Amino acid sequence: MIWLTWRQFRTQAAVVFAAVAALAATLAVTGPQLADLYRTAGSSLVDQVSSSDQSVYYAGLLIVLAVPAVIGMFWGAPLISRELETGTHYLAWNQGVTRTRWLAIKLGLGAAAAMTAAGLTSLAVSWWSSPIDRAVNGGGATDTYFPRLDPVAFAARGVVPTAHAAFAFVLGVALGLVIRRTLPAMATTLVVYAAVQISVPLWLRPYLAATDRTTVPIEPDGAPISIQEGAKQIVTHPEVPGAWVTSQQTLNAAGQPVPVPASFADCLHTESGPPTLQQFDRCLADLGALGYKQQVTYHPAGNFWALQWTETGLYLGLALALTGFCAWWIRRRLT
Amino acid sequence: MSAVLRAQALGKRYKQRWALQNCDLDVPAGRVVGLVGPNGAGKSTLLNLASGMLTPTTGTIEVCGGRPATGPAQLAKVGFVAQDTPTYAALSIADHLRMGARLNPGWDDALARERIRRLGLDLKQRAGRLSGGQRAQLALTLGIAKRPELLILDEPVAALDPLARREFMQDLMEAVAEHELSVVLSSHLVSDVERACDYVIVLVDSRVQVAGDIDDLVACHHRLTGPRRDPDTLPAGQHVITASHTDRQTTLLVRTDTAVHDPSWSVSPLGLEDIVLAYMTRPADAVRDTRPALEVLR
Repeated sequence: MIWLTWRQFRTQAAVVFAAVAALAATLAVTGPQLADLYRTAGSSLVDQVSSSDQSVYYAGLLIVLAVPAVIGMFWGAPLISRELETGTHYLAWNQGVTRTRWLAIKLGLGAAAAMTAAGLTSLAVSWWSSPIDRAVNGGGATDTYFPRLDPVAFAARGVVPTAHAAFAFVLGVALGLVIRRTLPAMATTLVVYAAVQISVPLWLRPYLAATDRTTVPIEPDGAPISIQEGAKQIVTHPEVPGAWVTSQQTLNAAGQPVPVPASFADCLHTESGPPTLQQFDRCLADLGALGYKQQVTYHPAGNFWALQWTETGLYLGLALALTGFCAWWIRRRLT
Repeated sequence: MSAVLRAQALGKRYKQRWALQNCDLDVPAGRVVGLVGPNGAGKSTLLNLASGMLTPTTGTIEVCGGRPATGPAQLAKVGFVAQDTPTYAALSIADHLRMGARLNPGWDDALARERIRRLGLDLKQRAGRLSGGQRAQLALTLGIAKRPELLILDEPVAALDPLARREFMQDLMEAVAEHELSVVLSSHLVSDVERACDYVIVLVDSRVQVAGDIDDLVACHHRLTGPRRDPDTLPAGQHVITASHTDRQTTLLVRTDTAVHDPSWSVSPLGLEDIVLAYMTRPADAVRDTRPALEVLR
């Protein structure tokens, strides 16, 4: 059974692992000079990265984010749907191997390969990007590069990509099993995986580890402040290097959470065009003088590994649950 | 006599539609069984139930003494060549043989290789490039080399031209004789069955109309021709399958276990095709009979 699984899987596996090897080679060539730069420049490295290395940084992010989706679509979704589509499951399930065992070996080997591919990619990219990540966590400017905890970078670093890949693969298999047709299964896999990857950082990841809280005064010369929704919301950018801000709340003089007072919007009101910088500063100063403060909830940079491992466990749990679903479906529903 | 296939009140429903109902069968071992019926009668459903690809909605089915596909031991007893003889298009013939060897404990590799050689097939050729007949032969080879007790074939020759059809059936019969297999094969052509089988099951409208040894069936079905009369006046032992009347004459197709002595009838024997067609064209009220499985007992 292992032989058959390998025989059917080897082309797809070769394509992906060749791409991973090519990526790793590219990174190995350019990585050491970035590490040297960090040694000499420290956190100011972020201003000295060459434009080609900057492209590699973003390409690396995109590739690690894309690998699980590609695996789910091109390894997971066709795994069983193609058999069902071409009728070859009649051949496979009438050999001397039960269909549960057939499924277990296909899922087991596929998931192991998926996790290896995603793990190697993440390892290579995390290693290459580590000078930049360290520079950002050490206080470097974050206008070009993401802190590791930022939702975009988080899923492209460390161990979570392996769990993402395992989940995407089993998700693809499950959808292929239910939908029974390869192309629709591939498309659905991409949509569902993307939806999960957007939902988790928005609604789940903030709660996977203990957050820190800080209260910053509202003043023109303090932490940078921006306004949203027509001055109904204030967003401060406290200088905690590498932090991931998960929520913000304006407090009144008594320390109670309140909406931003209407007087602030009135103060910023102009006959036409945006308020001037002086006007903006004056309005902030007025708000601060009334005792308003901004409470910021965030994950400090030190939460990175706690969040990584918890989310890894979460996705592996989801993958296991989907595996159970596949086993149930193949025995009870495909009959 | 041990049964190779036994079904009791077997039924399969897809959502609202019954594909097979009230199926009672007791097929003895060592037979080559032909399952005939029009397209859509439920032949594939019955065979898929027998191979364990489907599970029954009602009733039970036992194949070679066990519930189909319940474990490796049971799987090893039954070979299944599915409709359209699916094979892996990207895998070579050698790969298919290797798959058979890896997945089946009783695999007879020498037999498989000898068959492929005799068929003149190239081991390195991909299954996707084989003709329909060659693909069917490859699928049959996989089924036989597994050395099952029972080989089930679902419309194995439906897609083949007449020559390939005959070659396939001949080849199958040789293998059956050589390896003492029980075989159940379906076809919508009586001629295929007549040539190869010694036992027949007629399936129409999701119900078994008749099942039995072909010689027995031929022996106990007669065409009666005589002056016009009401079929209800026949003796108790004679069951009318079909009746047709002209102004003066009545032709009946009857099943009876005893000889017909009434001198007013002229009795003529029937071929298998006549019998099968009679059951297929039976009037609708007879088909809806509450006792659908009219079985010839031995």
